[in-house]
Amino acid sequence: MNTTNYLIAAVVKIALVIFILLTGVAYTTWLERKVIGRIQNRWGPTRVGPFGLLQPLADGVKFILKEDMIPDNVHRGLFILAPMLALVMSLISISVIPFGEGLHVPMTHQTTPLQITGVPGTPDHPMPTDINIGLLLILGVTSIGVYGIALAGWSSNSKYALLGALRASAQMISYELALGLSLVGVLMMAGTLSLREIVNTQAGSWFPGGPLHLVPHWYIFPQFIAFFIYLMAAYAETNRIPFDLPEAETELVAGYHTEYSSMKFAMFFMAEYVNMITVSCVATLLFFGGWHGPSLPFLPQLLQDLLPVIWFAAKIFVFMFVYIWIRGTLPRFRYDQLMAFGWKFLLPLAIANIIVTSLIVAWRA
Amino acid sequence: MMPQILFLFFAAICVAGAINLVLQRHPINSALSLVVVMASLAALYLLLGAEFVGAVQVIVYAGAIMVLFVFVIMLLNAGAEEQSEGSRIALWIGGPGVAVFAGVLMWLVTRGDDAIGKAKVGGMISSGDNTHNVASLLFKEFLLPFEVTSVLILIAIMGAVVLASRKES
Repeated sequence: MNTTNYLIAAVVKIALVIFILLTGVAYTTWLERKVIGRIQNRWGPTRVGPFGLLQPLADGVKFILKEDMIPDNVHRGLFILAPMLALVMSLISISVIPFGEGLHVPMTHQTTPLQITGVPGTPDHPMPTDINIGLLLILGVTSIGVYGIALAGWSSNSKYALLGALRASAQMISYELALGLSLVGVLMMAGTLSLREIVNTQAGSWFPGGPLHLVPHWYIFPQFIAFFIYLMAAYAETNRIPFDLPEAETELVAGYHTEYSSMKFAMFFMAEYVNMITVSCVATLLFFGGWHGPSLPFLPQLLQDLLPVIWFAAKIFVFMFVYIWIRGTLPRFRYDQLMAFGWKFLLPLAIANIIVTSLIVAWRA
Repeated sequence: MMPQILFLFFAAICVAGAINLVLQRHPINSALSLVVVMASLAALYLLLGAEFVGAVQVIVYAGAIMVLFVFVIMLLNAGAEEQSEGSRIALWIGGPGVAVFAGVLMWLVTRGDDAIGKAKVGGMISSGDNTHNVASLLFKEFLLPFEVTSVLILIAIMGAVVLASRKES
């Protein structure tokens, strides 16, 4: 593929993915307010547009028009850098996530992957491929994202922000271990780090031919313990209830972003929701078969082609809904409970899961 | 052409970060400069084609160890460092020391000795899947050193736990 085609494809994909992602973020906030409202027996937003559907737009306008305050005595450079770092790092990790198999482009006679960093298929190898460390890249970028929160709290020169940032860094370091280890079981079964190949190994069924042939070959079934650990650790990594101690509003005003206003606050907000979508994507890719789903032959051809992406989006939606559901249901952990849960329960469980999985993989090989 | 430009770009960022690390007075600026150095080193590994090492560099050094550094600096609320007599002596000895070291390094590299070996942009790609190579080296060829190192680290962790849990008498 020549450079011009490559650049055009890359720019189109990046623009499209970021547009859809940020729209998704905006409407996740709407969904969250709606669902939490119904859980608490209220209506949620209803005034702006039908069902309050234009509420995210109104919120966006409000964020842009608000006065951008920088308090005195903050570390100015880091205060401005922190929200940028948080948002950029959350957006980078979406670049390695495959949303579907590939799309045949008639103009270039190539199958372009539905993924920002994928390698297009050629006539020799019609299937698109991707970098073979996609998962490690996500883990690495997420771990850099901690700096956004840590620096925001430190540079604000405020005790609530500093406490929030200290909690955030300690919590994210602790849960990163359990998060990384929980993925090892799936990696051992798949035998690769490439997200596209991990999804491809999940095609088909666990019991082909038998009466249970409808059970898909997803890693959630053998690795349900790993999935539980991943989900818990991912909630902690994204600072969501029940692990939202870095921004616990009843204790710390707003935690690490207490001193932020206007778009800088909005950037932290967006980063948090993009991170939620990213961890949902990883969970879908690793445990729920990515874009694989039952084929629906009665649909028109256009929808048939888009079906993998629709399945992928539907799975993400379920994860986002569970996020909101849990926020509406569970209270916050105490800080010592949070640390004990991460180090004394999730980490040993993840290690035990790795040992058992590796024994079974070795026995079957 | 493109790889050379990328190499020079990341190498320049790396060196600039390292110099900034020494020049900054405030510990948090120094720590962040070190993060920049680590990240650009990871980019250089990627250019070599060693994508696994690059990813691990980011996860372990930039993402875990340096976060702990920043955490400790924040926790202790360490302020800007003062220049003392000792640091002036270090400057007088260190300046020529750096010059001599850089000179020796330059001489060795420009001599093109085969014993040092040569790195090429993308040189690691041809040798196959990076992750598999690292794994088979660690778990086949260097199994004993690898396990012994693990035990060493375990002992260090246990030492830290014992020291931290000791009661003041």
